[in-house]
Amino acid sequence: MELFLSQVFSGLATGAIYAAVALAVVMIFLAIDHFNFAQGEMAMFSTFVCWAMLDAGVPYWLAFVLTIVFAFGFGVVVERVLFRPLHAAPVLSHIIAFLGLFFILNNGAGWVWDFTIKPMASPFPEGSFGGLMSYHQVGMVGVVLLMLALLYLFFRFTSVGLAMRAAAQNPDSARLCGIPVGWMIALGWGMASAIGAVGGMLIAPVVFLEPNMMLGILLYGFAAAIVGGITNPAGAVAGGFMVGVLENLVGTYIPFVGSELKLTVALVLIIGVLMVKPSGLFGRTTVTRV
Amino acid sequence: MAAESEATGRAVDPMRRIAGLTAGGWRLAISAVLLLAAVALPFGLGSFETFQITLVLIYAIAILGLNILTGFNGQFSLGHSAFFAIGAYTAAIMIERFGVSSYLTIPVAGLFGFAAGFLFGFPALRLSGLYLALATFALSVATPQLLKYNHFEDFTGGVQGINLLKDSAPFDLPLSVDQWWYFVTLAVALFCFWMAHNLIRSRTGRAIMAIRDNPIAAATMGVNTALYKTLTFGVSALLTAVAGALSAIVVEYVAPDSFTFLLSVYFLIGLVVGGVGWIPGAVIGGAFVLYVPNLAEGISTGLAGVLFGVIILLVIYLMPSGASGLVRLAVTHLQRRFDQDNNKA
Amino acid sequence: MNRRTALALLTAASLSLPAAAVAAGKYDDGASDTEIKIGNTNPYSGPASAYGQIGKTIAAYFNKVNEEGGINGRKINFVSLDDGYSPPKTKEQFRKLVESEKVLAIFQSLGTPTNSAVHAYMNREKVPQLFVATGATKWGDPENFPWTMGWQPNYQTEGRIYAAYIKKNMPNAKIAILYQNDDYGKDYVKGMKDGLGSMAGKMIVAEESYETTEPTIDSQIIKLKSSGADVFFNVTTPKFAAQAIRKIAELGWKPTHFLNNVSNSVGSVMNPAGADNGVGIISTFYTKDPTDPQWKDDAAYKTWSAFMDKYYPDGDKKSSFTVYGYSVAQTMVQALKQCGDDLTRANLMKQAASIKDLELGMLLPGIKVNTGPKDFFPIEQMQLAKFNGTSWELFGEILSGEAGS
Repeated sequence: MELFLSQVFSGLATGAIYAAVALAVVMIFLAIDHFNFAQGEMAMFSTFVCWAMLDAGVPYWLAFVLTIVFAFGFGVVVERVLFRPLHAAPVLSHIIAFLGLFFILNNGAGWVWDFTIKPMASPFPEGSFGGLMSYHQVGMVGVVLLMLALLYLFFRFTSVGLAMRAAAQNPDSARLCGIPVGWMIALGWGMASAIGAVGGMLIAPVVFLEPNMMLGILLYGFAAAIVGGITNPAGAVAGGFMVGVLENLVGTYIPFVGSELKLTVALVLIIGVLMVKPSGLFGRTTVTRV
Repeated sequence: MAAESEATGRAVDPMRRIAGLTAGGWRLAISAVLLLAAVALPFGLGSFETFQITLVLIYAIAILGLNILTGFNGQFSLGHSAFFAIGAYTAAIMIERFGVSSYLTIPVAGLFGFAAGFLFGFPALRLSGLYLALATFALSVATPQLLKYNHFEDFTGGVQGINLLKDSAPFDLPLSVDQWWYFVTLAVALFCFWMAHNLIRSRTGRAIMAIRDNPIAAATMGVNTALYKTLTFGVSALLTAVAGALSAIVVEYVAPDSFTFLLSVYFLIGLVVGGVGWIPGAVIGGAFVLYVPNLAEGISTGLAGVLFGVIILLVIYLMPSGASGLVRLAVTHLQRRFDQDNNKA
Repeated sequence: MNRRTALALLTAASLSLPAAAVAAGKYDDGASDTEIKIGNTNPYSGPASAYGQIGKTIAAYFNKVNEEGGINGRKINFVSLDDGYSPPKTKEQFRKLVESEKVLAIFQSLGTPTNSAVHAYMNREKVPQLFVATGATKWGDPENFPWTMGWQPNYQTEGRIYAAYIKKNMPNAKIAILYQNDDYGKDYVKGMKDGLGSMAGKMIVAEESYETTEPTIDSQIIKLKSSGADVFFNVTTPKFAAQAIRKIAELGWKPTHFLNNVSNSVGSVMNPAGADNGVGIISTFYTKDPTDPQWKDDAAYKTWSAFMDKYYPDGDKKSSFTVYGYSVAQTMVQALKQCGDDLTRANLMKQAASIKDLELGMLLPGIKVNTGPKDFFPIEQMQLAKFNGTSWELFGEILSGEAGS
């Protein structure tokens, strides 16, 4: 029983990591109807910026806020400079462009900051609740839920949020209604990048900061977003926690899986959910007009 | 290359003559020159360069496989490293554990690849566009872990991988090992490209492309989309697995770390660089993914990845349809020049 | 060149003179009156990029050697290529180095899967594959692979050292093992099991593995703890080692913790993990830890430090990788010096296999490099150490294992 509880809480803690990334994945999907394979690297890069500021003696919360601002601007610039010119290009070109960005950020971060692991400061005190979850992990769950609430309010109650949804779902009609679709997309990129940066800053104290830290996490983030429903932020967060817990329990109690096939669990989850319920457990089914 | 005109839907007057040759005649002439060059190449190069070109051909076959799926059928895959691995491991296990002749393993690897691709094609049926990209992304990230799996270790060699030794040229042919395997690879590649070319030109090929262009219309016309899509997945995986088998033999080693997510990325980049939906583009794509990283490394070791990324982005911006677009542009340009010259005369 | 190495060189030269005085200027590919061309591959990109520091340190050291006049009047031309930790890429780069660049030898290529891909090739082509940067046991097999040689103590030996310690001091221990799911991890586990012998089945109560792409290893640690083990054998690379140390502290689990040498750097593991969390951890050493204050006034340490400042100012002076690269480069220089003017591949292998009692400044006092025609394991000694919260305290005598030889 103790083992079970420990695994569940540890799964929730890891799930918070996935949920943070899944939120960013959903955010970009809501904005551009697309996945960003460089999402993880963008978050990693922003986290390094934060680390560099902390290293230079900037107080934590100031660095935290500045990083969010940086990440937002970074996302907007990437959209304006790199993806604006491609908006009419086929999806495949987008995927390649994401991969190009992936190489640039991964190698660039390694070139500037080296590939050795860096300890990242946490805003939360050290210690843990009875060994089940550290204060940092609990704090992380809190921050993820807070981000979710803010997103909900943004989409539900602000006109910008509504405009953004309209721009993503039906760009032509949105344009006719006077919504600046191009800037909505840029805003979506900025927000996704900022959410990713918050995720990165919270993840790095757990897994340690290095240029390759996000690849595996991004896979789980995708899995979480898919499980929860790619258009539904709340679903994605729930999906993150579910994937985290499930992965731990499967790894612990199903002998032939063990720790050896944990990544495969993510694979099976993605394919399984997409097969059985493509809109995710909490997503709405979208009907495509022909 | 007729696929080019079919793919673009541009009509080419088959009887129009340029410099005394019809379009078909030109194609034949160019193909003959290229083939001659390909045969002569290893005799003018050192063994290492021959080995490198062999790798280019292997990449080209794998990219051709991906092109059939993505370029002609419109299904994405970031997971072709998995099928490449299946081919490589099939060959390695048959040669090393069962003493089967290397040559025999190549078609068998293709069959295994086909089966795997066909099976993966079923879940893929339910996944459109991006979702498929995502599922295959997960597949390629998980592949090394699956290859290491403890319970298969007796066959796969686990993390240690399998060492091979490639056969030297038979019948006392005056060829070095590298030259011999270059020619084997060239022969397999030619066969694969010829088959792909015929497939695309056939009735089946038209059905495959119809599904890409408008699945619902295709279905209404009586095309069994599910069957064709899974079959296309199978054929695509078959080609990639054949490439994998050749790679195992030529590199003489397989290990889980050889088949990472990066390999899938390279295939995809090669596909886009060569030209989506243009069969000969695969060769150009293969050369790109082999030589450009080396080139980037030559410029700066520390920034090779950044340079590679920048080059990829430049390719996307400057030649959005890849090498196929460039070639087409060149051909049109030459035709126009020729027409002008004729008019003057 | 510091004094100790110079001294060691003298001793070494006097012990192994025979081959040194052959007629002037016998050369194979890559060697001439003015130059010695040495090839190398390192992961400068990809998942193992952190190790790229080793290649950079070696290049810096060879620059230093060249500036100081080279080796017997010849400059080293060090060609280091990126293998991205991919076996097929490594094969391509090796062939480029051997067939196109025509190097005399390939030195310190990094990684077990990568070196495995070229093991047979190098021995078929009879090109030295010297002092490879991996601790697998298979590199010390002169009978079947006379052209390949390792350098560092192999992983199995280290595993045996811990096993011997456990058997002696904690005969009733219950051992839990966490290892990376690759050849490196499995070699350590094998060493531990071999060392425990018939007791292994009873003493090892849990084993868990992880992949480098996994975000965290928390779940594995929890499982291991629940096995009721009182000894934890930590076979992980730096990032996961730091995670494990912290997680164990968080769980309030207090096993006797054995940490593999791969991850005992104070700068890149112990401090990130939270130095207090690491108190009492036992590991083994063969090089000096550059962050250890006890070497502050050590002459060899100062020489190393000056070298880093001058030739590799971007390098991380807290990392054990730079110490490693420096020491292995010195070993190579020694082998090349012993070659004299006979720079053939055969002679280079012969000289690499006749290094006697070579002391390198940054190896622990008393640990010497020794090779022989049948001994392709240059370093076979290590010393145990315990972490006190700021640095490692060496204890016990210099130990040697004999795995594989």
